[in-house]
Amino acid sequence: MAEYAHPEMLVSTQWVEENLKTPKVRIVEVDVDTAAYNEGHVPGAIAWAWNTQLCDTVRREILPREQFDALMVASGIARDTKVILYGDNNNWFAAWALWQMKIYGHPDVCIMNGGRKKWISDQRELSTEAATAAPSAGYQSSAPDRGIRAYLTQVQIAMMQGTHAMVDVRSPQEFTGEILAPPGLPETCQRGGHIPGARSIPWGKACAEDGTFKSCDDLKQLYSAEGVDGSRPVIAYCRIGERSSHTWFVLKYLLGYQYVSNYDGSWTEWGNLVAAPVEKGAAAAVAKT
Amino acid sequence: MKPTDYSERTVEVEGWQVHLTTYRLGDVFHTKADNVSPGAWLARTTGATEEESEQRALERARQLLARTRRHAV
Repeated sequence: MAEYAHPEMLVSTQWVEENLKTPKVRIVEVDVDTAAYNEGHVPGAIAWAWNTQLCDTVRREILPREQFDALMVASGIARDTKVILYGDNNNWFAAWALWQMKIYGHPDVCIMNGGRKKWISDQRELSTEAATAAPSAGYQSSAPDRGIRAYLTQVQIAMMQGTHAMVDVRSPQEFTGEILAPPGLPETCQRGGHIPGARSIPWGKACAEDGTFKSCDDLKQLYSAEGVDGSRPVIAYCRIGERSSHTWFVLKYLLGYQYVSNYDGSWTEWGNLVAAPVEKGAAAAVAKT
Repeated sequence: MKPTDYSERTVEVEGWQVHLTTYRLGDVFHTKADNVSPGAWLARTTGATEEESEQRALERARQLLARTRRHAV
């Protein structure tokens, strides 16, 4: 069985349990439901709220660099800290946080494989006491790596020129246009469907029953069956960019594809654009070469 | 504290598949309901019993899912 391209980007729940008090290791929970942390969390883990601490709260934008540096300091993270991220929903927003940390060049950050679900189903200790971190002495991020983020204009050009593999990681019903948001969530776009030429590969297909990632062989098979084999640059998108950071992580670090970017504007941007081309219904079969 | 009585099951609510995850922490049962395909979180509830906690989660999920519109494709 092939090994992941970057196995160092994952740690197991067992590893985390054995390293709860290791110096220079900071464990951070990032959930979709920001109340989940209070219910119980990995002992010593601090929490980041994706909707207030991992974004610009005025403009629709990821965390500006100065605020990112300030968050790292407040979280007791220095440049040489090993950061372990985990969260609910099989690490959706943990992957989102990791994507931002890689944009700002943090050297050592990884994901706890299986996230909150695996930790709880393993019946490992949960703490209900909010942990605090002594601030670090300072933090200076790297210049943003824009290569792992796709902006609207890049996506438009990629679509028109057919230069990229476009991966829509939402549910099949969102992809076809049958629904405009995940069932139960408010509709946040004017039109349903997908970016023309995109392939439908829901994010959850990359996960095993226990919330961990599938094997490298299974992942290769999953994506290559849809023509996403690393031979072309890849753009992943979803609705607001968090599910697609999960897929971005899989393609970039588990399969090791060199050029993978996350279009965080995603369907809430594209599906609200005036005159944007939209394809509805299922995607056509992949052309066999 | 260590979580115990971990369980997962999938049920249909308002025509949508809903995944329920429940565990016990101390004297409290915690339930999370999410919609299966996108995997988005719908409800997080507690109760003194597994049944009570899951019932509350299902009720909330039902309220939310009833609002979901299906569009012609």
